[in-house]
Amino acid sequence: MSAMLELRRAHKSFTMHLQGGLRLPVVAGVSFSVEPGQCVVLAGPSGAGKSSILKMIFGNYRCDGGQVLLRDGGDMIDVATAPPRRILGLRKTVMGYVSQFLRAIPRVPALDVVADPLMSEPAARHEVRARAAALLRRLAVPERLWQVPPVTFSGGEQQRVNIARGFLPERPLLLLDEPTASLDGANRATVVELIAEKKRQGAAIVTIVHDEEVRAAIADVVVDVTRFSPAA
Amino acid sequence: MRATTDDAPLLVARQLSKWYGRQLGCRDVSFELYPGEVLAIVGESGSGKTTLLQLLSCQLAVDAGQILYRTRDGALRDLAELGEAERRFLFRTDWGYVHQDPAMGLRMSVSAGGNVGERLMAVGWRRFEKIRGAAADWLDRVEINRARIDDQPRTYSGGMRQRLQIARNLVTHPRLVFMDEPTGGLDASVQARLLDLLRGLVGELDLAAVIVTHDLAVARLLSHRIMVMKGGEVIEQGLTDQVLDDPHAAYTQLLVSSILPA
Repeated sequence: MSAMLELRRAHKSFTMHLQGGLRLPVVAGVSFSVEPGQCVVLAGPSGAGKSSILKMIFGNYRCDGGQVLLRDGGDMIDVATAPPRRILGLRKTVMGYVSQFLRAIPRVPALDVVADPLMSEPAARHEVRARAAALLRRLAVPERLWQVPPVTFSGGEQQRVNIARGFLPERPLLLLDEPTASLDGANRATVVELIAEKKRQGAAIVTIVHDEEVRAAIADVVVDVTRFSPAA
Repeated sequence: MRATTDDAPLLVARQLSKWYGRQLGCRDVSFELYPGEVLAIVGESGSGKTTLLQLLSCQLAVDAGQILYRTRDGALRDLAELGEAERRFLFRTDWGYVHQDPAMGLRMSVSAGGNVGERLMAVGWRRFEKIRGAAADWLDRVEINRARIDDQPRTYSGGMRQRLQIARNLVTHPRLVFMDEPTGGLDASVQARLLDLLRGLVGELDLAAVIVTHDLAVARLLSHRIMVMKGGEVIEQGLTDQVLDDPHAAYTQLLVSSILPA
């Protein structure tokens, strides 16, 4: 097996204790795999569980059962059962996640938000900042904003900072939750280019995109999430 | 924040329990903390989180259970079996303890420089100029104007006092820091500055830390892992974002859903 990521019958539900133990099934029997250099687009109406699947892969949501197997060198690690330290390790070297909205931290300037995932190596800091700057320039974030914390940025600016942060490290798996949702045409094209570059470098990508044009440009496989509906 | 790859735990708690007479302090708490890892203990007042912190830092005697600590020579030692002198040495060199009230962690009538320098003298530094230089460097790092080095912390604002307490704790490069509500009682803007500072320092120094807080935003920003306590017991634990975004226990769901968005 050469897959970068393979989900096997993963399922997830929420039990809402504050609503009398109401059980909300989210997805069931989630099975698909992604090869290096391949882009899988998750499709389906909103509420079908697309974002939840990305979060299950990233270890942000806990699976009730099934497997989320992730390649780390020669090993396949099951995120669904891996201990927290292992998941943190995978996030540091194997998988990156671009959430739909940036979680801005007060006082941290945009450039540092982007460079942060790679700042643990003091020797490389100068180079990392330079690469972060290049990426922000490419995503048309005005230079006068680089030293400003993104808390006050527009939605599109925040999203581009978030994308730069996710694309800066070279990770073999990228999870992108609607990366082009609040971008204009030119920036959408840049993101399509960035995704194509990552694919050429061999990264596996799982993403959610509603824009038909973007989807046509990047998708190798479209997975219809409605087939993982717990009711079906 | 950074995760760690070191394979041996720094601190191991095994089934710790503490009773105050018939009143439960905490029961059966077990966890491992690795170098560079930040663990947040969250819960309401009376949940046992401060009791646990005091047990871990040897300020309170354990009724049942065991605490093991990996000393610099690599040995995993039972803290109960350390002599008083060894324990004091640990406190001066390897550990830090940041109190919620800086007045408890500082000497209020000793100059700021003296407060920071004292920890260095305790580990054998002797040359006045070097100590003063190191203290001044640390004032810079915690964003206190060097010109205030000879002032007593009594003349400092609450936020400055807390930053000074942090400098005093970190100057000896401890491997493990305990923090009890480090941002409690501070204004929001002062809190944000302190959090940002702590986040940077913990990452740079590769510190392991146990942070007690009732503030989930503090836990989200600073910690890798969370333990949720209620009624003296750990009711849920896991990766910080996992517990906060996908809480399973009823009480954790209540905590998470009780936050007012700003």
